[in-house]
Amino acid sequence: MKPRVIITGKEFRVTIERLCYELIENHGDFSGTALIGLQPRGTLLLRRICRALTDTHGIVNPLTGEIDITFYRDDFRRREMPLLPQSTNMNFVVESKRVILMDDVLFTGRTVRAGLDALLTFGRPEKVELLVLIDRRWSRQLPIQPDYTGKCVDTRVNQKVKVTWKESEGNDGVLLYEDIEGE
Amino acid sequence: MPDLPVKKSLSVDHLLGVNDLTLEDIEIIFSTADNFKEIINRPIRKVPTLRDITIANLFFEESTRTRVSFELAEKRLSADIINFSASSSSVKKGETLLDTVRNILAMKVEMIVIRHSSPGAPHFLARHINSRVVNAGDGTHEHPTQGLLDAYSIREKLGSVKDKKVAIIGDILHSRVALSNIFCLRKLGAEVTVCGPPTLIPKFIDSLGVSVEYNLRKTLQWCDVANVLRIQLERQNIRYFPSLREYTMLFGINREILDSLDKEVIIMHPGPINRGIELSSDVADSGQSIILDQVENGVAIRMAVLYLLAGRIGYSDANAQPS
Repeated sequence: MKPRVIITGKEFRVTIERLCYELIENHGDFSGTALIGLQPRGTLLLRRICRALTDTHGIVNPLTGEIDITFYRDDFRRREMPLLPQSTNMNFVVESKRVILMDDVLFTGRTVRAGLDALLTFGRPEKVELLVLIDRRWSRQLPIQPDYTGKCVDTRVNQKVKVTWKESEGNDGVLLYEDIEGE
Repeated sequence: MPDLPVKKSLSVDHLLGVNDLTLEDIEIIFSTADNFKEIINRPIRKVPTLRDITIANLFFEESTRTRVSFELAEKRLSADIINFSASSSSVKKGETLLDTVRNILAMKVEMIVIRHSSPGAPHFLARHINSRVVNAGDGTHEHPTQGLLDAYSIREKLGSVKDKKVAIIGDILHSRVALSNIFCLRKLGAEVTVCGPPTLIPKFIDSLGVSVEYNLRKTLQWCDVANVLRIQLERQNIRYFPSLREYTMLFGINREILDSLDKEVIIMHPGPINRGIELSSDVADSGQSIILDQVENGVAIRMAVLYLLAGRIGYSDANAQPS
């Protein structure tokens, strides 16, 4: 079945722009703030937001990192094949920093929970905030809520939300697929 | 470009030898080890992945480096561990290998790391018990994690292993490290030459796709990497060469011989080094040597092997959760 478009290319740009304004409101010039994307897809959001912050809003070299959460997941040994990790790129510690954790889609909250665990191995941050492009409401399995949200959508468990990026899929957008087996 | 998480597993349930692994298996282990290497250099060098797994380290033969390395790898993965050494156990009272292991398994152990002086002991166990078995050296047969970490260290130093020229020098006959190295390096596409006294080079070793050379200088001049092995006096029931002094004169690597070459050869050694016999101290401690990198990489490789083998223990579809 053809997927339903939740966010088009134009709305996508506006959403990213709005998220940037919200971040600037709270973090000013981003001194003492670190932006961290969760592998694999959160890093694409991180790069896009960083580019917008740098190009449009004149934020100079915001501190960024990428974290892989594979070894912190709570579903190890519950799938047929183990997941292979992606790279973690963190050349700083987060001790006493304000961290903005980013992922493309917030669903059950388990990825973010693992992300918090992985983050804490790099020190004790002063504060951690969560930014997501899509918040799938009513599907949380853990008490985790975003601080910055691109768009809230109401979905069923057997649906799948996919964020597409110009860099990897050729165009920006968010699609909703029907009746996908739970991944 | 990053995409959804990749799901892959090894083609084997146990790590009994490098010979059983496919090229893809080795590549999966290496790429996973890259991640663990990054983790063991973090402020907190521990992940919770194996927190519900118990691993027994059964060392029926002495070991320092490998035992400590496995133990550290297991602890960094948060596994519970039991250490067992033959010298302080009921093996001395005549208990068989299978009985010893079955008793340990009755205490709910999911993985076993075993070193044994008999070639094939880990294979025997893997056939008779339900746990995952990792061979930490079986007699003169294989020492797979050492073979993997040596190739991984070459890959790290030179960018890749393919088409690199690697010499394995010394006691090839008694060395499980040599055999695992040969299997691993050949699978990865390296050229391998073994060099040592004719009495310490097994007949028909060329059938494994390696060349044989008896002249140390010629070998060093040819190779990019020299993996120098220990003379294993404890495994030599008869004399294979007249004296250690003569061995050192013909096959010992010192500064003088390295300086006489027109290239810089990378020096490796699986340890423990007999300083002044197969390797002089100034060479072992020089910038050419990557011996301590091998030790660090050993922990990352063993973490990768344990992680990948543990991945399917007790797998149940019913437990699968959306994420």
